[in-house]
Amino acid sequence: MIKAFGIVNSSQKYIHVEGLQDYRPIGSFSFLGRYRVVDFPISNMTNSGIERIQVYANRNPRSLVEHLGTGRHYNINSKSGKLQILFYQNMSSNGNYNTDISAYVDNLESIEKMHQPYVVIAPNYMVYTQDYSKLLETHVESGADITLLYHSVDNAKENFLNCSILNLNRQKGVLSLERNHGNAKNRNIFMDTYVMTKEVFINLVKKAKETSSMYTMPDIVNAACSELDVRGVSHRGYFASITDFPSYYNANMSLIDYKAATELFHEDWPIYTRTNNSNPTHYFDGAKVTSSVISNGSTIEGTIENSVIGRGCTIKKGAVIRNSIILADTIIGENVHVENQVVDKHSSITHIKEVVAEDGQIGYVRRGDKI
Amino acid sequence: MKQNSMLAMILAGGRGSRLHELTNKVAKPAVGYGGKYRIVDFPLSNCANSGIDVVGVLTQYESILLNSYVANGGRWGLDAKDSGVYVLPPREKADAGLDVYRGTADAISQNIDFIDQYSPEYLLILSGDHIYKMNYAKMLAYHKEHKADATIAVIGVPMEEASRFGIMNTGEEDRIIEFEEKPANPKSNLASMGIYIFNWKLLRRLLLADMKNPDSHHDFGKDIIPTLLNDGKSLYAYKFKGYWKDVGTIDSLWEANMDLLNPDNELDLGDPTWRIYTEDTNVLPHYIGKNASIKKAYITQGCLIEGTVENSVLFTGAKVGEGAKVIDSVLMPGAVIEPGAVVTRALVSDNVVIGSGAKVGSADSEHIELVSKRVKGVE
Repeated sequence: MIKAFGIVNSSQKYIHVEGLQDYRPIGSFSFLGRYRVVDFPISNMTNSGIERIQVYANRNPRSLVEHLGTGRHYNINSKSGKLQILFYQNMSSNGNYNTDISAYVDNLESIEKMHQPYVVIAPNYMVYTQDYSKLLETHVESGADITLLYHSVDNAKENFLNCSILNLNRQKGVLSLERNHGNAKNRNIFMDTYVMTKEVFINLVKKAKETSSMYTMPDIVNAACSELDVRGVSHRGYFASITDFPSYYNANMSLIDYKAATELFHEDWPIYTRTNNSNPTHYFDGAKVTSSVISNGSTIEGTIENSVIGRGCTIKKGAVIRNSIILADTIIGENVHVENQVVDKHSSITHIKEVVAEDGQIGYVRRGDKI
Repeated sequence: MKQNSMLAMILAGGRGSRLHELTNKVAKPAVGYGGKYRIVDFPLSNCANSGIDVVGVLTQYESILLNSYVANGGRWGLDAKDSGVYVLPPREKADAGLDVYRGTADAISQNIDFIDQYSPEYLLILSGDHIYKMNYAKMLAYHKEHKADATIAVIGVPMEEASRFGIMNTGEEDRIIEFEEKPANPKSNLASMGIYIFNWKLLRRLLLADMKNPDSHHDFGKDIIPTLLNDGKSLYAYKFKGYWKDVGTIDSLWEANMDLLNPDNELDLGDPTWRIYTEDTNVLPHYIGKNASIKKAYITQGCLIEGTVENSVLFTGAKVGEGAKVIDSVLMPGAVIEPGAVVTRALVSDNVVIGSGAKVGSADSEHIELVSKRVKGVE
């Protein structure tokens, strides 16, 4: 058990994943077949010994709430631990006001009640593994007021466009935070992960509210850089930010390679998720599957190449799936050709035989679509 | 008992010695089946799906794993209030010394105090080593409808195999008139499935008498059922139709796994209205490499397949390396087939490694080869 409670935050207004996000928050996006994105921050927390976790839900919370339940599947102690789902209470019709700060203000009472002196805040839209107990240790030893986790990348011109970046001095002191506008390749992408004392956190929230109704956590931390000791800690290992449609597709595809997956999944660091008791996947005589990640409960008679298949999918005879992500309970009919697509849950493609996006483009088939 | 008048007891104490090394460390009900299940998941899930709230599991042989496995009733949804799975190994009592279960009936007799806590009207006796899906609530309805003293589930077996089973000879309306254990000349093909419903008050009396009988084997088939028939009680045969398999040998365990590859298999583990529940493992979905080839297979999460898999069942975390071939085989959890190795008509035990280039099993063997020790690679 460590001296911190956890906060898993929702994405801000400036982040939008086309298509998928119309139905659920990024945290409950299906990821790599059997996971949801939110499984990563929560498993990181429970594996780090964090026992009290608050998950903030804003729009379309149904699937998130259903997936989290009591949180027992995340290995949270049933007596001393607790997973709370907290809502943006005063949702405004103007999305600009629905900031993380406003959610913290709405729920300040339950934050103040926490017994732990520190807080670890992580987003529900980024995929990485990190031992937060080590991060907390670093934070305490450094004497910093706020510690921010970042990942150095060399492709920030085209990627991570909705993320924040950290401008650091040589001693890893944070000079400022700003939005990534894609004007340089090498950037320190802020992983929207914070460590600070509960006291500093509450003060920041209150100050942000006084300053501007539209302030977000990155805004107020940026503003505080001049007064507080804000430091960056570099993250190593696999990192993906699910902050637009291409990044969702690319993150899934990048993990089809088993070696790459071992950068994210470690034997001593289980990623927990909710089981749905599906049986193993059944391959029939005509199946031809290569370079793919396949979840349980599916029946496969067709060809699959370089794709991720979710739980309970039916891939009929003669169907060909390439470079695609097929979400749970989808039917791909006989002789249907699907290429470069994200096919959302419960959809069925049987009548149209060619669902192919041109090279470089990624198509999207909506949840429950029958085509 | 608030919700249900029937309590279930699963006999899970047997070793299953014909499964050889597979049951060296675990009891037969804990042996794996179908990629992710254990045999005992079937009666437990059937109980949960039939609305039975309290299940006692009688364990004896190598019970450590089985005890901890079934004690977590939440796996099968048997964890609501007034519900639970109770592990019942032999125990020392104030009025009797510690004694092993001397037979199937004795296992129940020694737990009369447990059953009395719930004062059920009916007692369902199950065995922990069969693969099948059955709604026990329907069997109970049949039992009540016939105002039976006991009902025994039976399944039609091919007449030429009937002499391997306990056979029920029935009269009008499926009333049982005779029970014959492995008869040389069977008169019927109705085999007992080892599933009994008794009126608890009656059975309780019989068990108390049986315990004191020095000549008894303390066995349901050998003692209790014949006594009931001799006393002229009304016993009915409940005819079950569907998939049912006793997986008592390596061959039959292999065969039952192979049955899952048949697209028309009656067992249908994917049926959302009758799920078979089991433990959840925190592993990745299965990974298929660029040179892999998979035909007719049943594969679960955690597997990594870079070679060829044909007509086989792979359990959680099994690995098949580049150029390796797995044909007509079953790989138990964590089995590793290193690159270039060939496995044919074999059942590879938990965590066993087949070294690079090694060959095990053969396509024309009479029996399925059980591989329970590491096989060295071939240079």
